[in-house]
Amino acid sequence: MTNISLHRGISVHRIGAMILRYWYLLMSSWPRLLELLYWPALQVITWGFIQHYVAENSNFFARAGGTLIGAVILWDILFRGQLGFSISFLEEMWARNIGNLMMSPLRPIEFLLSLMVMSLIRLAIGIIPMTVLALVMFHFNVYALGLPLIAFFCNLIFTSWSVGIFVSGLVLRNGLGAESIVWTLMFAILPLACVYYPVSVLPFWLQTIAWALPPTYVFEGMRALLIERTFRIDLMLDALAINAMLLGASFWAFLALLRSAKKNGSLLSGGE
Amino acid sequence: MTGNDKASSPPTVAGRTSSAAIEVDHLVKIYKQTRAVDDISFSLPRGSITGLLGGNGAGKTTTIAMIMGLVLPTSGRVQVLGHGMPEESASVLGRMNFESPYVDMPMRLTVRQNLTVFGKLYAVKNLSERIAALADDLDLTDFIDRANGKLSAGQKTRVALAKALINRPELLLLDEPTASLDPDTADWVRAHLERYRKENNATILLASHNMLEVERLCDRVIIMKRGRIEDDDTPEAIMARYNRTTLEEVFLDVARGRANGAKEAVR
Repeated sequence: MTNISLHRGISVHRIGAMILRYWYLLMSSWPRLLELLYWPALQVITWGFIQHYVAENSNFFARAGGTLIGAVILWDILFRGQLGFSISFLEEMWARNIGNLMMSPLRPIEFLLSLMVMSLIRLAIGIIPMTVLALVMFHFNVYALGLPLIAFFCNLIFTSWSVGIFVSGLVLRNGLGAESIVWTLMFAILPLACVYYPVSVLPFWLQTIAWALPPTYVFEGMRALLIERTFRIDLMLDALAINAMLLGASFWAFLALLRSAKKNGSLLSGGE
Repeated sequence: MTGNDKASSPPTVAGRTSSAAIEVDHLVKIYKQTRAVDDISFSLPRGSITGLLGGNGAGKTTTIAMIMGLVLPTSGRVQVLGHGMPEESASVLGRMNFESPYVDMPMRLTVRQNLTVFGKLYAVKNLSERIAALADDLDLTDFIDRANGKLSAGQKTRVALAKALINRPELLLLDEPTASLDPDTADWVRAHLERYRKENNATILLASHNMLEVERLCDRVIIMKRGRIEDDDTPEAIMARYNRTTLEEVFLDVARGRANGAKEAVR
C-alpha cells in the first residue's frame, strides 16, 4: 500500500511561496478584501443593537453586559477562521491549480500550514475592524478580556482549522460538488456549541454532544468570565485536549481523502 | 555484490537495474468497471523524446497522471528518475515538471507573480534572472505584468510552458503542449522544446493528437488503444510496419481497427 506522507522535510520557503500566492490574490481583488470586512461589520452592528435592546429590558442581560456581542465576536473567530482556511483552498479548485500544486515539491503539510497562516491573515483583516466597531459603537472592549481572550482565540482557531482541513479534504476527494459543505458545516456546530445560551438549556442527551465540541467550552468560559468574573482554566484545558484530538483526526482524514482522490482520479477533474 | 555496491545501485523496477528516466512496469488502472490502463510496460532512456499517441480514452492522460503521482495505479509500478512513484515523490518532484490542459495557472495573478510563486515552490536559484530569461526565450516580455486571465489561449500556453521549464526539469511531461496555438507559434514551441532537450539532455514524454508534431519531435512513439500499448517503436519503423507515409495514417489505421490488416499486408 502506498502511503502519502504528511510531512518529510517541511520547507518554510515553500510555505512562504503559497502565502505569497494568496497575498497576491487578495491584493489583486478589492471585492475579496471588502467581503472580509463586510460580514463581520454587519454582524457586530446587528447584534450590538440587539444586545443594547435586550439589556434595556432585562436585568440579567444588563448585568451580563457584552455576552451577546462577545459571543458574536468569538463566533466570528470560529466561523471566519474556517472560511479563511477553506476559501484559500477553494481558490485553488476554482483556478484549476490544484494539479500544479500536487505535482510540485509542495508537501501536503506545507499546503495545510500555508492555509492556516492565511486563515489568520484573513481573520485579522476582518476581525480587528469588527472589534474596533464594537468598542466605538457599543463600548464593548473584547481586549479587556485580557489573557483569557488568548485562550479563547487559540481554542476557536484550532477548531476552525480542524473543520477547514476536513472539508478541504472532502472537496479534494469529491470535487466542487462538495463546495456547499465548506459554507454550511460550521452552522451545524452553532446550536450545539451554545454560542448564545448556556449548555444547561439543552436537553441532557444533547448536552453530552455539546461537551464533545471545543467551542462549547470557550463560550461557557466567556459567559463565566463576563457574568461571574471567573476564568475557568479547566474548561480551556479540556477544550485544548479535544482540539488536539480533532486536529490529529482532521490531518488523518485529509490524507485519507487525498489518497482516495488519487485513487479515484479526481485530482485531474476537480469539477462537479 | 558488496553492501556498498548494493547501496549505490540505482533502484529497480521488478528487480531490473535502471538508469532510465521513466520505467513503467505492468501498470494497470481500473476505475470501477473501466480498465483505463491495461497492463502496460515501457522504459524511456534519459535524453529521449517520446510521443504517446492514441484516441480519446486510450489511456494517455491516466498514464501520464500515474507517472506524475496524481493518480494511484491499481497495480504495477512506476519509477521516475530512479525513484518509485508516488511513494518517493518527494525525492523527484523538484526535478520534473509538466504542462497539461487539465490544469490552469491562477487567473488573477500576473504572469510574473505566477512564475515567482512556482519558482519559489521549486526553490529556483536566482529566480528573477530565471524569469527574465524565460520571458525572453518564450516571448512573454510584452505581457509579463498582465493577469493570466487576460491572456489569449496561445499566450497562456506559453506561460504554462514557462512554468513547466522554471526549474530546468530533467523530465518534462507534456499533455497536448501546442493545443490552441497557431501554426507559427506551435512550430516555434516545438523548436524550443527540441533545443531545451538538446541543451539539458532532458527527457520529454508528450501526449499529442498532432501527428506532425510527433513525427518532428519524437525519436520514439508509443501508440495506445483502449488502455493497452498497440505499438512502440521509432516513427519511421512504425510507418514502415503499417506501410504508411505519415503517422496520421497509422493513427487512423489503429483507431479504426485496420492496424492488423495493414501490418499483415506488409508481411
